[in-house]
This record gives sequence, C-alpha cells and structure tokens, in this order.
Amino acid sequence: MAEASVNNGVNIDALLAAREALKNAPDAAKFTWRASCKWQNGTHATSTVQGFHGLGDEQRHKTEFSFETDHPEVFASEDHGATPVELVLVGLASCLTAGVATVAQNRGIQLRSVEAKLEGKMNLYGILGIDSDVRNGYDDIKVTFKIDADASKKDIEALVAQSQKRSAVYDIVTNPTNVTVEVV
Amino acid sequence: MIGAGHAGLAISRALTEHAIEHVVLERGEVANSWQCERWDSLRLLTPNWQSRLPGYPYRGNDPDGFMTMPEVVERISGFATTISAPVRTHTTVTSVCRVDGGYHVATDNGEIRCQSVVLASGAANVPHVPKVREAVPPHVECVTAFDYGNPERLPPGGVLVVGASATGIQLADEIHRSGRPVKLSVGEHVRLPRTYRGQDVLWWMENSGVWNQRYDEIDDLERARSLPSPQLIGTPERATLDLNVLRATGIEIVGRLAAIRDGCALFSGGLRNQFALADLKMQRLLDTFDYWAVNTALDAEVGPPERFEPTHAPESPRLSLDLRNGEIRSIVWATGFRPDYRWLDVSVLNRKGALRHDGGVVIDAPGMYAIGLPVLRRRKSTFIIGAEDDARDIVGHLAQYLATGGRTE
Repeated sequence: MAEASVNNGVNIDALLAAREALKNAPDAAKFTWRASCKWQNGTHATSTVQGFHGLGDEQRHKTEFSFETDHPEVFASEDHGATPVELVLVGLASCLTAGVATVAQNRGIQLRSVEAKLEGKMNLYGILGIDSDVRNGYDDIKVTFKIDADASKKDIEALVAQSQKRSAVYDIVTNPTNVTVEVV
Repeated sequence: MIGAGHAGLAISRALTEHAIEHVVLERGEVANSWQCERWDSLRLLTPNWQSRLPGYPYRGNDPDGFMTMPEVVERISGFATTISAPVRTHTTVTSVCRVDGGYHVATDNGEIRCQSVVLASGAANVPHVPKVREAVPPHVECVTAFDYGNPERLPPGGVLVVGASATGIQLADEIHRSGRPVKLSVGEHVRLPRTYRGQDVLWWMENSGVWNQRYDEIDDLERARSLPSPQLIGTPERATLDLNVLRATGIEIVGRLAAIRDGCALFSGGLRNQFALADLKMQRLLDTFDYWAVNTALDAEVGPPERFEPTHAPESPRLSLDLRNGEIRSIVWATGFRPDYRWLDVSVLNRKGALRHDGGVVIDAPGMYAIGLPVLRRRKSTFIIGAEDDARDIVGHLAQYLATGGRTE
C-alpha cells in the first residue's frame, strides 16, 4: 500500500476506487478514444483530439489538442511536424512513463526523475516498396529508462516491468490489433 | 461429497471424525482424474515426502522421488480404504439443486437428499483452449493435455506448444526429445528452480510459510487464484526445467500467441517483459526464503544463497509462423483447465464461470462447500498436503452449520 509521505502526483486512491467500482459496472469501463485528421499539403497533416466516450457518456478533454505531422526534408518534404512513426514512439514512451509514476505511487516509491530515450529501427525498403520481405514498420524498438528514485535497482526494474505489463500502448505495439479502414 | 480424489477423501475423513453421516459420489474409481486424465509419463511435481494425507504419511523408500500416476492412484486408493470412506463409485452426478432443508442430488444411479454438499470435483475438469484455435488451418492437428498421451500420439514433424506452465514445459521437453522440433509459445509464467541451496524448492515453500499464507491475507486474491502452475517437473535427477534449459535443447521460444491471421500465427513482441516479470517474481521469492533462513538460524544448515541466470531472450524473437506450409504438423494446447459445473443447478458462479466462495464456503448456497480449488484457503490448497488443513477448516464450518440447524453465521 502507498505510504502517505510518497507523492508522485498520482491520485492512486481515486484509481483504486474506480477499479473497484468498475468491477460492478462493466459497460462503464468500455471506452472509445478518438482522433481526427485533416490533410494540409504534401505530407503535412493536422490531427486533433478532444472528444472520447467512457463511463457510459460522451466526454471531452478540457481543450482541443492539436498535432502537426509531416515528413522531414531528407524525404523531400517540408518538416512541419514530427513523423507519424515518431508519434508512435511518443505514445509508447509517454504511456510507459505514466505507468511508472502510477505503479511507483501504488508501491510507495518516491520518484525524483524519470527519463526515457527511445529508438526504433526501420528499413525504408519496406515503405518504399523495394523489398516485400521487409516490413513497413519498426524492426525493433528499444526503450531506455533512467530513473532516480527512493528504491533499490531491483525495485526500479520491477516498477518498469510492471508498467509494461499494464501499458496500453505497449500492448498496441507488441500485439496484433484489428484496424478497419472505410471510405464514406 | 462430490468427487473421491485426495481432497474429497480428506473431507470424508474429517466428516467421519465428526461422526457426520455422508456419502462420497465418484463418477469413476477413486482418484479418477489421476488415472484417466493425465499423460503417460507424468509424475507429481511435489516430492514424495510431501504427499502426506491426513493420518497417512508417506512411508515408501523414495522420499525425494516423484510419484508416477499409477503410484498416486495406488496411494489415494490406499488412503480411501484406510479411512473406510463411504464411496459410491461409477456414480455420476447429473444435477444438484436446492430444496427445502438442503439439496437434491440426482445421479445416474439414484437420487439423494442431503443437508449439505461438498464440491470436490476438482479445478481441472475441462481443458481451456483459446478462441484463436478456430483459425488454425484444418490440416494442422490440435491436441490438448487431456488427449495427449505421449509424443507418438502426434504426427512426425514440427509441433507448436502453446503455454509454458508446468504442463507446457513438460510436454515441450518430451515432444522435442522425441525428434519432433518444438516451438514453445510463452505468455505469463511462473519460474522456479527445482532445488535451492540444496533443498527442494517446495521444501522452502512449505517450511518458510509461503504455502501457508491464508487467502484473506493475500492482496490480489483473484490474481493469485489464476496464476499458471509453476514450471516444475518431477524427475529422479531433480532437474530444473526452465526456459533457458529448454532453449539449450534446441526448442525455439516465441512470445504469447496473440492471433492467427490468414493461417499465420502471430506472436507478441513483449516476450522480454514476460521473462523480466517471471525472473523478478522468482527473485523476490528466493529473497523471502533467504530472509526466513537467516531468521530461523537455518542459514548455516543449507547451502549458500544462489542466484540464477536471467531468462535469455533471442536477439529477434520470431513474431509470426506460417501454419500452412507444413512446418508445423500439430499444435499442443497447454493453455489451462476449467472446472466443469454444468451439473450444478444452483446460482453460485460468477460472470466468468468460477465458483463464488469465501475460503471454501460457497456464497448464496447455505450448507454448500468446496475443496481442492486454487488458493481456496491457503496457497497450498491445490497441492496434496493442502487438503488436510483445508478439510479441517471446512468440516469445522460444516459441523457448526449442521449443529445450528442449518443456519449460517
């Protein structure tokens, strides 16, 4: 159980209470996350996130969040934003990091700093259609965490392992997911 | 009593001690599951000295060995005879329902009215095979731990074993050594060394008190009850059979089977994390053992603390396997078991089909009890030595229930 003196800024009591409540309200646990995307020009697009569905109702973030994406100049593009594949690394990093904070709070471990560096290896022969044996996506993703906390190295490793176990993006990236694309 | 396995018989003995009239209904012969539902080479993963039943210690000449199935059946049958258990064999229960004053039990051999029922039918009646099995191409043979008898049962050629629990690793090893190349799909698993500091790991589990931890002291009980069985095997050499050992024999380790798409099996890329979680969990357990040894001054009597190689992950674990090209001729599903409650016509199951009970006292069914389920009352509940303490507690409650005219506290 969390000690009163540890504060990583995570309201663990609320999370644990929600977990208990949702055990008896399975439909409330069914969320739908959303994003919209508008093409700008070339490989530049703007995506926005605001509304989502959960706890049996339509919900909204406090404000609309906006993301520019593009390809870099070495791709003969205009670099108006990070590439979509880099945003996937952002998703993975941020999900794991949030998980580290949450698990640390639950385990009574005081965090002082948490930094992650990510590297995803990709062979362009895939997306350029040069070799059909090469996949479009990442061959390998490496995440390196540097964590300063009030805990032994073993406890920190356990923290990071648990964060992966309960990470949505880690699951999305490491396991197959059904994707349906339609045109209306 | 429904079921004359070791747990049901332990209850029977306690009932007899309390002079409570009872009958034990058994669909086959005593120890039916051990006799009919296990593969040929199976040995207990608990050492013989640890096969104590109430008033019936092991007196054989191989205490550190591991019993075969026929030996287990003989032992449990001997126990049934010794305690003069009132067993009705070849009597299959077809329905249990509540009536005024207790329960009505219908069987294929007559009907019984009783005040109280104890479910000892076991936790592992039906193999559980995940939905993904439906997408396996038709020419690949599928087998569960129930219909697998020995490697010769499988066609020659490659085998995919799904699941790395005790069953999974034992079968993977045996099948691979029969000359059929094995790929082993690994999800969540529990890693344990066979011996630690010179003693069997289950000696540590029992004596350090880990196995005696009560169900009401455990943080996440539902999780503890659904843990896969530990990766142990009973061999005369007291061999450790972990994933590193299996990999060294040439078995290819792949991630959890996540999907089958167009005849292609897809495995999780999260294998390294599964290894990390299992290694960390084992580490914490060994730390607990060391701490106990120091505090009970046993430290000097056992060998020095050991630490084991982390589970090695391949550089680039395979993420997919074409099941249509003939490389894999059969799949062995070592993906767990479920209890069969189809004959139980009382509303006592939860939304996932598991029995709702508080330490073996079934909820919403006064006078109904269960024994022999995972972490029923203690971590050792499903192991042979777990039966005695659980039976004593359950029958204590049952006796009180009957004495107060069928009222529950």
